Amino acid sequence: MSAVASTMNNDAILKVEHLSMRFGGLMAINDLSFEVRRGEITALIGPNGAGKTTVFNCITGFYKPTMGMICMQQKGGKSFYLERMADFEVTRDAKVARTFQNIRLFSGLTLLENLLVAQHNALMKASGYTVLGLLGFKSYKDASKEATEKARYWLEKASLIDRADDPAGDLPYGAQRRLEIARAMCTGPELLCLDEPAAGLNPRESQELNKLLRSIRADNGTSLLLIEHDMSVVMEISDHVVVLEYGQKISDGDPAHVKNDPRVIAAYLGVDDEEVETVLTEVEEGAH
Amino acid sequence: MASVTNPSTVSTGSPTGKALREATFTAVMTFLMFALFIGLKTDQNMRNELILVPRWGMLAILVVLAFVGRFAMVAWLQPWRAASKAAKAEAPTVDEEAGFVKRNFSKLAILALVLYPPIILALFGAQGSLKYIDNFGIQILIYVMLAWGLNIVVGLAGLLDLGYVAFYAVGAYSYALLSINFGFSFWILLPLAGILSAFWGIILGFPVLRLKGDYLAIVTLAFGEIIRLVLINWQDVTKGTFGISGIPKITLFGIPFDASPNGFAKIFHLAPSSAYYKVFLFYLILLLCLLTAFVTIRLRRLPIGRAWEALREDEIACRSLGINTVTTKLTAFAIGAMFGGFAGSFFAARQGFVSPESFVFLESAVILSIVVLGGMGSLTGIAIAAIAMVGGTELLREMDFLKAVFGPDFTPELYRMLIFGLAMITMMLVRPRGFVGSREPTAFLFERKNVSGSFTKEGHG
Repeated sequence: MSAVASTMNNDAILKVEHLSMRFGGLMAINDLSFEVRRGEITALIGPNGAGKTTVFNCITGFYKPTMGMICMQQKGGKSFYLERMADFEVTRDAKVARTFQNIRLFSGLTLLENLLVAQHNALMKASGYTVLGLLGFKSYKDASKEATEKARYWLEKASLIDRADDPAGDLPYGAQRRLEIARAMCTGPELLCLDEPAAGLNPRESQELNKLLRSIRADNGTSLLLIEHDMSVVMEISDHVVVLEYGQKISDGDPAHVKNDPRVIAAYLGVDDEEVETVLTEVEEGAH
Repeated sequence: MASVTNPSTVSTGSPTGKALREATFTAVMTFLMFALFIGLKTDQNMRNELILVPRWGMLAILVVLAFVGRFAMVAWLQPWRAASKAAKAEAPTVDEEAGFVKRNFSKLAILALVLYPPIILALFGAQGSLKYIDNFGIQILIYVMLAWGLNIVVGLAGLLDLGYVAFYAVGAYSYALLSINFGFSFWILLPLAGILSAFWGIILGFPVLRLKGDYLAIVTLAFGEIIRLVLINWQDVTKGTFGISGIPKITLFGIPFDASPNGFAKIFHLAPSSAYYKVFLFYLILLLCLLTAFVTIRLRRLPIGRAWEALREDEIACRSLGINTVTTKLTAFAIGAMFGGFAGSFFAARQGFVSPESFVFLESAVILSIVVLGGMGSLTGIAIAAIAMVGGTELLREMDFLKAVFGPDFTPELYRMLIFGLAMITMMLVRPRGFVGSREPTAFLFERKNVSGSFTKEGHG
């Protein structure tokens, strides 16, 4: 496990080191270190209350961690310490976008408008911080057209193009999930963080989602970090899995490795601490 | 009484015959029911004896009323309602081709407003038209402008602002003080008043950035009161409750509207009248309103406007998309306040007098109710609501004939708030999203479809 991590050190896009987050007396994350590698799909899994979403909120700037360091390494070589940045700066400057466990769309805006809001910063610059746009300068019109094209590209990719002019709140659940991912992608991220993207989806929608996530990685070169409960999704699409329990990392490696890790099995099946030893030996015997 | 009728008789006979039968039956029932209640009244005579006073006249009126009412109901109202229901059921999917008026509503409305003063002048003459141009025209347009300004803060950005009148006051006092003390003209002070109000908007914006919903409303309310109390108590500058009078009038590129030799009337060889100034003011506020509308419509299609609406829908999602919500909120406060300041300086110039009386909380409440009644975010709806609320108030003053009904002490405008309240409650029941409940999208790929009000949020911060 540690050997794998050290060989991949140079192409890490996100390094989380000694991250701790304390809420009053509760240590939600305790000295967590892991890496997300460029061009890979990394899954963060663990039982309920393991601290997965807290890790996400720390990475995306919604929480300020009590201790530790989160370093984002961009393609161009620039690096950002995310724990020092405000939430909107994480997306704007460090190029880390996120979605939410309970979908947060702008339900009264149309699908197209949702995707245009996501391109706020680029459009803001093109509109001369509103002044030139208000005077009707051409630069804004061009940028606006470009933004619409980008939105169209993502709507097609998320197979939502027929509903482009409908309000986002009118979409079925699975489509809302895809729209939220498309919207996050419109910010032009290098790392996309997805909080339970498959939650509440039926198997067919789940397949569509897998296809979308794979194509995001392949066509757009975006690395993905996702929290997921649905093991079929995790095992099928992820290249690398990090397992959390009680705020600590208990396993880290490729899906096959993690699946057979006795500590993971113990965590998911709920074995007492004393029994872990027995499970460990059992698994080892089975392997031989 | 409809339940009394035997259902078997419904199908027989012509509608008029049926109506006659039912009306007669109703009249008989009414007579029987009211003969003892209304027809006879117990009273005491001079010798303290109980006597019966017959009231056959009143009984007859009631019976006739019941007869006529039932007849009209069965003969005309019921068939008409059934027919309209059937017509609706027959053609439910026919796409309503928007009529000429509907398609060009805003253009026609602007044309009507431009033509309003000459038509009124032609109809009522220079002196008689003052009331219609000043009380109805200018007064309503000031409120339209204020409500459109507040609409940016409340309707688009979803920030509930109960102290909007503070910016109106800042604009009015900026004009009053700077023009009296330094002699600046209206045309310099109009943008200056806007900038000063925007500045105060940002001052208010900073402390309330962290507040949401009810807390935000309370702090903005307090801010409005603070400004008013400062105006009352800072007597060296504002002259307190006495107010500032003698505020210079607006000039048309240096041409004053007075009876002097180089005044407007003399230069254009017109009969001297105060109507010219009012007409000029009318067109000025109309221009300011159109400017507000133009800027609002443009802003909605710019990233900042979209960010406001996104902020109303979900602030956390906004931040996750890299939008700086602090500057977004502050610009909403500042631009909304700026239009309040414009309206304020116009108000001061039109009245020639400002005092803290004009900037009480009730004004904020009225402006906010116009925004809510019109439909948050919709310029057309808000304009209609302003006409209904402010024009309605002015109309109440005109209803002198009610004195003949309720006696000479009756002053209809005192019932203004009662009628406001009733109208608001009725609106909330009938159209909870205001006159125009749907939202027009700012961009579209294939087809512009209005977003139903059930999807949009009111905002909570």
